[in-house]
Amino acid sequence: MSDLASHDPKTATEIASHVEEPSQAELHIHRRNAFSALGWARDNLFSNIPNTILTVLSVTVLVWTVPPLLDWLLLKATFLGADPQACRDAGGACWSFIEVKHRFILFGLYPYDEHWRPLLAMGLFIAALAASCDPRLWNVKILYVWGLVLPVCGVLMWGGWLGLTFVPNDKWGGLPLTLILATLGIVLAFPLAVLLALGRRSDMPAIRAICIGYIETVRGVPLVSVLFMASIMFPLFLPEGLTIDKLLRAQLGIMLFTAAYLAEAVRGGLQALPKGQYEAADALGLGYWQKTRLIILPQALRLVIPPIVNQFISCFKDTSLVIIIGLYDLLTTAKTALADPLWRPFYIESYVFAAFIYFLFCYFMSRYSQYLERRLNAGTRR
Amino acid sequence: MSQDAPKTPWWNDRAIRAILYQILVVGAVVLAAWYLISNTLDNLAARNIATGFGFLTRESGFAIGESPIPFDPADSYAKAILVGLLNTVIVAVLGVILSTMIGTVIGVARLSGNWLVARLASFYVETLRNIPVLLQLLFWYALITEGLPGPNQALNPLPDVYLSNRGLKFPTPDWGGVEWLVLAALFLGMAGTFLLVRWAKRRQALTGKIFPTIRAGIGLILGLPLLAWIALGAPTQMNAPELQGFNFEGGHSVSPEFVALLTGLTLYTASFIAEIVRSGILAVAPGQTEAALALGLKRGQVLRLVVMPQALRVIIPPLTSQYLNLTKNSSLAVAIGYPDLVSVSNTTINQTGQAIEGVALLMAVYLAVSLAISAFMSWYDKKTALVGR
Amino acid sequence: MKRLSLWAILATVTSATLAAPAFAGTTFDAVKARGSLNCGVHTGLAGFGAPDDKGNWAGLDVDVCRSVAAAMFGDSTKVKYVPLTTQQRFTALQSGEIDMLSRNTTITSQRDTELGMNFGPTNFYDGQGFLVPKKLKVNNAKQLNGATVCVLPGTTTELNLTDYFRANKMSFKPVVIEKQDELAAAFFAGRCDAITSDASQLASIRSAQASNPDDYVILPELISKEPFATAVRHGDDQWFDLVKWVVYATFEAEEKGITSANIDSFKGKTDPTIKRLLGETPGLGKALGVNEDWAYQVVKQVGNYGESYERNVGANSKLKLPRGLNAQWNKGGLIYALPIR
Repeated sequence: MSDLASHDPKTATEIASHVEEPSQAELHIHRRNAFSALGWARDNLFSNIPNTILTVLSVTVLVWTVPPLLDWLLLKATFLGADPQACRDAGGACWSFIEVKHRFILFGLYPYDEHWRPLLAMGLFIAALAASCDPRLWNVKILYVWGLVLPVCGVLMWGGWLGLTFVPNDKWGGLPLTLILATLGIVLAFPLAVLLALGRRSDMPAIRAICIGYIETVRGVPLVSVLFMASIMFPLFLPEGLTIDKLLRAQLGIMLFTAAYLAEAVRGGLQALPKGQYEAADALGLGYWQKTRLIILPQALRLVIPPIVNQFISCFKDTSLVIIIGLYDLLTTAKTALADPLWRPFYIESYVFAAFIYFLFCYFMSRYSQYLERRLNAGTRR
Repeated sequence: MSQDAPKTPWWNDRAIRAILYQILVVGAVVLAAWYLISNTLDNLAARNIATGFGFLTRESGFAIGESPIPFDPADSYAKAILVGLLNTVIVAVLGVILSTMIGTVIGVARLSGNWLVARLASFYVETLRNIPVLLQLLFWYALITEGLPGPNQALNPLPDVYLSNRGLKFPTPDWGGVEWLVLAALFLGMAGTFLLVRWAKRRQALTGKIFPTIRAGIGLILGLPLLAWIALGAPTQMNAPELQGFNFEGGHSVSPEFVALLTGLTLYTASFIAEIVRSGILAVAPGQTEAALALGLKRGQVLRLVVMPQALRVIIPPLTSQYLNLTKNSSLAVAIGYPDLVSVSNTTINQTGQAIEGVALLMAVYLAVSLAISAFMSWYDKKTALVGR
Repeated sequence: MKRLSLWAILATVTSATLAAPAFAGTTFDAVKARGSLNCGVHTGLAGFGAPDDKGNWAGLDVDVCRSVAAAMFGDSTKVKYVPLTTQQRFTALQSGEIDMLSRNTTITSQRDTELGMNFGPTNFYDGQGFLVPKKLKVNNAKQLNGATVCVLPGTTTELNLTDYFRANKMSFKPVVIEKQDELAAAFFAGRCDAITSDASQLASIRSAQASNPDDYVILPELISKEPFATAVRHGDDQWFDLVKWVVYATFEAEEKGITSANIDSFKGKTDPTIKRLLGETPGLGKALGVNEDWAYQVVKQVGNYGESYERNVGANSKLKLPRGLNAQWNKGGLIYALPIR
């Protein structure tokens, strides 16, 4: 990523000035040479001695790492239709493993002949997510989109309707499951998070204590232990005669965990609002809930969108921990694909494939959140 | 409502309402908790699940791969869990220190005027941030175990230092009983440095003269123990590792699991810290730098005396949560075989069947560690906060 | 609008997930009322319980689940598989999340008493051994003093290893990794001098993951007995009986040479044992609380023990394990059906 600099030449020099301190003359050169590659290299790579040393070091690192990696990834790799033995002989990456196993890794235990259903559901889901990314649609319209997409996804995944065979949710797996856990984790946690954030800023000591206690406790323990607790304790919490399925248990665990983190993000937004807003609302004689609903939250939540996206990213990565409680998310399927004795040696390929999928999603989301921050801060730039 | 009433009824009185609300909420929470707990107890009774922490004093009967304190299979489960906790703490402390250093360097590098350096730093941050840390740990572990030779062909970069897939072995000094005096000298050096810094600050405030405290401090901290050691006749023998049978004996060793876990956690967390440092530096108004330069300060001084102290105020709160994340992420150690708290608890749970107690204990310990980190950081934050902000 | 649709989804999810009573009466009645069996299996152990590329469960342990479903409902597909990690398996059984645990589980007295489980017949006899590289020149386990040993956590394997070294006054360093494939990878990379696991696992690890299997040798000693069996909860006698006799029926069918392919040709035979097994002489089914053709359905749909063995871990599988101790009692093994009469 180019630093923020690339968008605004003035900031570029400002940023550099914290570290580099370019003189006015240098800046002048910089403008003059912007069109010639050599001049660019001189300004950006060899402007002074320490800079040159840094450049040489960086190039060394690249030379040392890139060729062997390329060798393994592409040149010595075996691709389609190879068997495990051919892979071993070639000595590079074994992408035929992915060719054989990709459907299992992507969809887990979902009935093989019905894979088009999770695929379609996932497509719709991602499309709806992409649509929600457009700030112009942040109004009632987006609710209609989700109100339409979610039931359709539900019907596609569960089936048992419109001639689709019923697929119980213990057979769901792979990428759809990862997406569901992460998205619902955030969506379901949101109302709870707002309540917790308001409670933590409330002036009633008992409520504040309960909210602080909850937030700090949850933020102090690893998700692994929360998931584990959820998978053991939820069946015990319910009165006799009720059981609750594993997926929902994990989903609740992730939700309760995420809510605490999200609450802190929302609280940040509440704190960032100028005091005047609160005072003005009080002056209008609005009650607490009216004030919160009409004045405070609409403004605060806009400020909080980038941190929410960031929370979504970490939630998306954290779903990989449901491997602990035996749910077949993307990482679990990638590992289970390796249980096949023929393909066991190719675990690196399996991880690289999974890492690549995670990276794609998280990278785009993180770029999006940076874009949002810039867009929202456009008015408040120094 | 009652705007025309001469006096507001009691249920509209703010103070009374607040009390009512709180009684309602607390009551609801207590009721919910009571309901869940009573259900749980009924279920435990119905299913004959034994509860209680009695198992902690029983003999564990399993061995632990690495431990800072001596541990034997004949020791109790409680001691096994303590070993796990110590292993977690060691990784967490080292991880925090290293990731802060690396993160700061990368964060500053992203702002570098050198195009290539900035690009590499960005690539690093974007790649590592967006891949689950569990995957990264698995990757590093595979790399270390696959990439290094066995103990018989161990790399020998320095005399008596061996690097193999059994870990890093290095000699430990055999002090011959004078280590306490040397340690005392070291503490003396530290205390001296501390006093020197305070004195230098006061002098600078009064006279404007700058005393080279860093050089003097390093001299004191390293020099005093060295002097003490020489004065005692330099009695140290090196206890060097030797290849005996399957592995090296003697000296000190660092296991591959530990290295992989520390590397993975450190590099992953450093990518987040880099971003925090970068935004912290950007948050300092450029006028500050310009003013400092106009005063004739050198570039390094500007960073150290003007930019960083102000950036720290922005940096510390998010940095705290990164430290907490690192500590919590160390719980993934079990995936690569480092015997941390979770790994040991897992084994314990499996052998005793006391899953609920095991996980509760695990959560309580992590909570305590996290709260300790939070408390320390908020103390530090208060120390660095500007007065009257 | 959003709230509404969310509530709708929540309501659907809740109705879909809050299932029928788990403890209204006995497990037997609960399974019958539910119309399917909840069976705890491994998250992925080739030959015993693992999903194939198409996501269908297969393995020796999985076949036990299928057999019980076939006996109960006459349909071996009426099983809901609950994949469990080592840490979850006992809790899941205790809490009623599963009706039976068929997950590569060793019978031990502590599990049988303290953890409140009842174990069915042993359907796989195994023992723990060591796999070492030939170049170490180690011929027996006694020479492993000071070795680094790779081991899976939280199983009897870890304890047996410790016990063995303690009993022989030897020292070792364990390397404990949660997943078998990573554990094996670490061993073949030379991280450990030896890897210890059940002999059946060692064979498959060696043949599948070693770049050259001949460079590795399984040491002759077996340091433990590992009888694997299906487990159910204490105090559930009717259910326990059914699980137990379903497993014996598959043993018996193999002993009598009845397979899924030829079972119909045994109809109308005079051998009274076969008549009882096929349900032609009524009584057994009624006593167990299921249909009289329960054993017929088991063999017809799943196969006898031998078929299941060869298909999952034996000659026709990727593991290629010899029958060894798992041969019938009259062929030098320990598989011994109690009299079905």
